[in-house]
Amino acid sequence: MIKNIDFRICFSVMTVLTVLVGLFQSWGIALSMLNLCLISAVMAMGVNIQWGFAGLINFGVMGFLAIGGLATVLVSVPPVHEAWSAGGIGILISGLFLAAVVISVFMINKKLSKHKYKNYFVFLIIILSIPLLKFIAGPSISKIESINAATSGFLGGANLPIIFSWFVGAILSALVAFVVGKVCLGLRSDYLAISTLLVSGIIITIVKHEEWLSRGVKNVIGLKRPVPYEVNLQESEWFINLVQFFNSSKLSNVLDPEVKISLLNQLVITSSGVFVKLCFSLIFLVVVFVILYFSEKALNSPWGRMMRAIRDNEEAARAMGKNVVKQHLFIFMLGSAIIGFAGAMLVTYDGLFTPSSYQPLRYTFLIWVMVLLGGTGNNYGAVLGGFVVWFIWIQSAPFAMVVINLFTGHLDETSYIKNHLQNSVPYFRYLMMGLGLLLVVRYRPKGLLPEKVIKN
Amino acid sequence: MDFLNSIILLTNFIIVPGITYGSQLALGAIGVTLIYGVLRFANFAYGDLMAFGTMVVILMTWYLQSKGISFGLLPTALLALPIGILLTIAVSLFFDKTVFEYYRNKKSNPVTFIVVSLGIMFVLNAVVRIIIGPNDINFMDGHKFIMKARGFKQLTGLNEGLAIKSTQVITLVTTIITCSILFYFLNKTKTGKSMRAYSNNEDLALLSGIDPKKIVLITWVIVSILATVAGTLYGLDKSFKPFTYFNNLLPIFAATIVGGIGNPLGAFYGGFLIAFSEIGLTYAYKKFFKYILPESLEPSTLIQFISTDYKFAISFAILIVVLIFRPNGIFKGKVI
Repeated sequence: MIKNIDFRICFSVMTVLTVLVGLFQSWGIALSMLNLCLISAVMAMGVNIQWGFAGLINFGVMGFLAIGGLATVLVSVPPVHEAWSAGGIGILISGLFLAAVVISVFMINKKLSKHKYKNYFVFLIIILSIPLLKFIAGPSISKIESINAATSGFLGGANLPIIFSWFVGAILSALVAFVVGKVCLGLRSDYLAISTLLVSGIIITIVKHEEWLSRGVKNVIGLKRPVPYEVNLQESEWFINLVQFFNSSKLSNVLDPEVKISLLNQLVITSSGVFVKLCFSLIFLVVVFVILYFSEKALNSPWGRMMRAIRDNEEAARAMGKNVVKQHLFIFMLGSAIIGFAGAMLVTYDGLFTPSSYQPLRYTFLIWVMVLLGGTGNNYGAVLGGFVVWFIWIQSAPFAMVVINLFTGHLDETSYIKNHLQNSVPYFRYLMMGLGLLLVVRYRPKGLLPEKVIKN
Repeated sequence: MDFLNSIILLTNFIIVPGITYGSQLALGAIGVTLIYGVLRFANFAYGDLMAFGTMVVILMTWYLQSKGISFGLLPTALLALPIGILLTIAVSLFFDKTVFEYYRNKKSNPVTFIVVSLGIMFVLNAVVRIIIGPNDINFMDGHKFIMKARGFKQLTGLNEGLAIKSTQVITLVTTIITCSILFYFLNKTKTGKSMRAYSNNEDLALLSGIDPKKIVLITWVIVSILATVAGTLYGLDKSFKPFTYFNNLLPIFAATIVGGIGNPLGAFYGGFLIAFSEIGLTYAYKKFFKYILPESLEPSTLIQFISTDYKFAISFAILIVVLIFRPNGIFKGKVI
């Protein structure tokens, strides 16, 4: 893997970008950018598995990211015992009921697959189950939501280390992807795009409004971390010694002991932030490497060849006896699992879960730009796309500011146009993304790092 | 009396808002369906095209207002509409020339078209937000209500009021006019017929001497008119916010597919179907049943199928149901 030229391009670009930002802005900014680049790379790899390997167009990325985010809440938050005793049973019963509905729908599909009115049965069951579900769960939900509404008002989670939630997020996403895939995957490409986009809309609506589950728009803050907290670091002996060691030359120049201590304190505070981000970067880097390794293995395995065969000529693959429907469903679940994993990583890094922040532009289409820009069908391309696009996304506002100041420098400080443009600096990132996407699709349709066609 | 009250109640809370919202969706959906039928791709930039058109109309409205020009009882935005339409047509044709034409000549697959429409979506999104900002803008002026709830109560002596906003009537009238002209054009004129022929079978249409460039040009013109009109009507009725316009793309897509993608009449009905299901399924019928049922049978719960939080989700769910049962839409799709 290390000898691969694409691999080298990817990670040297990433290192150069991080170092540049570190030198010109600050190391804190550089590391948080790096972390989000790494998370974006995981998301992009998830989409690349679906789109690049199998040609499945999934515009529901946002929904799977939100499921991953929900998993962090369900796994890491301590349970709210009062809420469980007040409405836990009602929720469990309605959960069982929901499971029974889903299973019976699948059973009907299987057992009565030839029946004339099969679809109407399914439809009837789903329509009837919604008011019934509301009837069963309604009282418990209002009880749960009324307990300490300002601070909790939800069931809480399992109080486990948050790292587990990444895997739980992946599994939950895969389960949802199974249901979505069963419904949508038979559709033609553009229908599939629209319907997955709408499904992700439904998922976001549920996460946003089922307050007993996720606190909805009231957000969950102060999630656990897999790395130490800044405050604890600042008090621990070894960390202070470490900072002293790294800054010994700087500190030895200061003679006044009082100034020295205040300088050391300041250094400890700034470096604790950097240290925490560095820990995150290491964990994320490991994740990126592991997923990249397995994606590469999968792509070059007989299974990967089969997937590409299905993508390039479905009819021929079917004629060769490949089960296209099953493989599509499997790869859809696999990709969604990785996206869910990334969603959990993102929420862990942010430390808070805000369902209302999930918007298709940022969480679906931006990820798609990463994949298309980086190189469809090439894992390294997806990683590179994640890095580059996130870098542009973050840095385009300062860049636009410089450009605006350059062109409006001669204008008065109170000039309306100048102020207006300066206020709308954040939106230049959309412009950059759009133009970037249009240019790449036109002049480099296979992306920055095109897919390698292996011939033997 | 109770019966009349219950009818008025439903009219006020379901029928009037449903017709208004349905008209707005229908106009939008016809635009999406025309692009799909003639140019053969799902245009994700459509919501932002609507936002762009509305933005121009708002800027023009402000200009007219600053000059002291108004439209009497009607909103000034209607005067500004032609300018908005012209600029939107210009933008559509610009993007067609610079972006879509290349892929059309190359006969790219539908996914490439979706991807480039995403690029245009990003660009238009940025342009609208840079020019007018991301905030809510209310640009409705003129006379607000045709009938107020209290006035209606006094007039009829009923318990329930019926409020009709002037924007609701304007929406309905504009939709009727626009759709009549459009369907007359598609069904009766030679250009409209050639458009339908081109949509139905491109090769045959080319063989019969239909000029594809002209067809594409006319399609973009019609689509831009529809987008601007739909966007302005929605903005007048509620308010203008770029993000809402982007979100409205989703029910519009739902309406398009439900009605059979590529079928304008289907899109028209699809718009109303989506609107009425969204409003009808989230309305609490408790008061309605109070009027029509005897006292002993009065309901204790809200009698609401699903809470209003799930308004958008309903249209998505309908779409998925339709996709499973009739992938081509309720009305036959792919022919305009």
